[in-house]
Amino acid sequence: MAEARVPTVIADELHIVYRVNGARTGKGSATAALSRILRRGSDDAKRGVRKVHAVKGVSFTAYRGEAIGLIGSNGSGKSTLLRAIAGLLPAESGRVYTNGQPSLLGVNAALMNDLTGERNVILGGLAMGMSREQIRDRYQEIVDFSGINEKGDFITLPMRTYSSGMAARLRFSIAAAKDHDVLMIDEALATGDRSFQKRSEDRIRELRKKAGSVFLVSHNNKSIRDTCDRVLWLERGELRMDGPTDEVLKEYEKFTGK
Amino acid sequence: MSETTQDGKVAVTDRPSPDDGMTAAELAAKYGLSVSGARPGLVEYVRQLWGRRHFIVAFSQAKLTAQYSQAKLGQLWQVATPLLNALVYFLIFGLILNADRGLSREVYIPFLVTGVFVFTFTQSSVMAGVRAVSGNLGLVRALHFPRASLPISFALQQLQQLLFSMIVLFVVAIGFGSYPSLSWLLIVPVLVLQFLFNTGLALIFARAGAKTPDLAQLMPFVMRTWMYASGVMFSIRAMLADHPAWIADVLQWNPAAVYMDLMRFALIDGYGSEHLPPHVWAVACGWAVVVAFGGFVYFWKAEERYGRG
Repeated sequence: MAEARVPTVIADELHIVYRVNGARTGKGSATAALSRILRRGSDDAKRGVRKVHAVKGVSFTAYRGEAIGLIGSNGSGKSTLLRAIAGLLPAESGRVYTNGQPSLLGVNAALMNDLTGERNVILGGLAMGMSREQIRDRYQEIVDFSGINEKGDFITLPMRTYSSGMAARLRFSIAAAKDHDVLMIDEALATGDRSFQKRSEDRIRELRKKAGSVFLVSHNNKSIRDTCDRVLWLERGELRMDGPTDEVLKEYEKFTGK
Repeated sequence: MSETTQDGKVAVTDRPSPDDGMTAAELAAKYGLSVSGARPGLVEYVRQLWGRRHFIVAFSQAKLTAQYSQAKLGQLWQVATPLLNALVYFLIFGLILNADRGLSREVYIPFLVTGVFVFTFTQSSVMAGVRAVSGNLGLVRALHFPRASLPISFALQQLQQLLFSMIVLFVVAIGFGSYPSLSWLLIVPVLVLQFLFNTGLALIFARAGAKTPDLAQLMPFVMRTWMYASGVMFSIRAMLADHPAWIADVLQWNPAAVYMDLMRFALIDGYGSEHLPPHVWAVACGWAVVVAFGGFVYFWKAEERYGRG
């Protein structure tokens, strides 16, 4: 049994710091900006760059086949931690080691509202690193899954003409079309109408089976309980608790006063 | 307190493992894990970039199409915009200011239009480069791809834009008596060299703009100064006729002037090699190779840092 525990993600004393320009005093006036520049200290704080220490020294090891939930109140650093594991946010100090390429589920940023749904499927697929052939093979599947064409030929219209629900469905369908080694899902479950939600939950379960490890960020304790066998609880950027789902959720619910 | 000590225990107590007591780095090495988000080697980086070539092309075309998708005339603006641009410059510099010193009218109009289009190609590549990373942080923070895809894709978009402008340019050239000839074939190498140069610039400014977004405010002024110093709407040689020749040579060796002059030389009948500085092709190749290669390496060196807000 011991040999079977192969680590897929190791976080080692990970710190993430965001730097925000010109947010020190809250005054956005030109003179304030000028005086900030003129006050030439090497110190970031003096020049009006505010640091936000979003993740503070988190360490954990995830093993193959684990589904790990990330919980914590708003702004506790869950999404930031996810991005750092995916290698999308540079670490201030500490390291993340991964097996293969962890991917966030989501392509929203690559899609363009002025293009047709059709072209967005292709663009999104390419942005996720699929080949042209893979996209051609999956194209019909993606469109059918999104259900965009249920109410007429919408896929050939620009995405800006879609209702927000339709756009969200198409985005999810594109994002879920690719298989991942280490899959990370950031509260992607709650989109679209009820029938689509059901379909997307099934799809995520399917993706999870194929993936080596799964990370799920959610505020919904039920979906965490259904999905995950281990939970990391973050609070103010620190790892407050790490353990089996039931134990951690019990403490968490006590903490949030449920 | 109790929670923090639980960290390791929960994971280990039920299933003791031979890996206990190893540091994270040792454990990672044992199972062949790599550092997430680390910068790949230069060769590997080029390989990854090649793997994303379809994305680079699709992204540039998508940006190009999206630009005019809300306009009623649609993609017709791809050609109409440069045409209007040329008209405005003709009105101001050709009719009002009479900047055509040293050139006949048949040469000056295509000379001016070529200058405007070729310089705009470099100018918009730089401006797009500045925002390539800083304006697409959402993309950089959501998906994995070699970040150089972005500036390269934007430079490619500008190249396609220029190809539309070339239609207008051909019409203008023919309209003023320069008919297609063998020398028009030189347009291809000129475009390739200028595209390489522009891509290099876009990469350099993408890295600079990612660190200092303020460049987006500053660069229009720098670019305009560069435009006026490069002889877009006047002949450098004719303007500096009573100065030593080397001054004009040096000014004409600046990359923007080099590519403009070569394009004019290729396209316009009355614009012969006497208007070109010495060693012009060597200079054109030199700029292209040095800036493209230097820009690429410079951009790659900060690969793992893009996306920090």
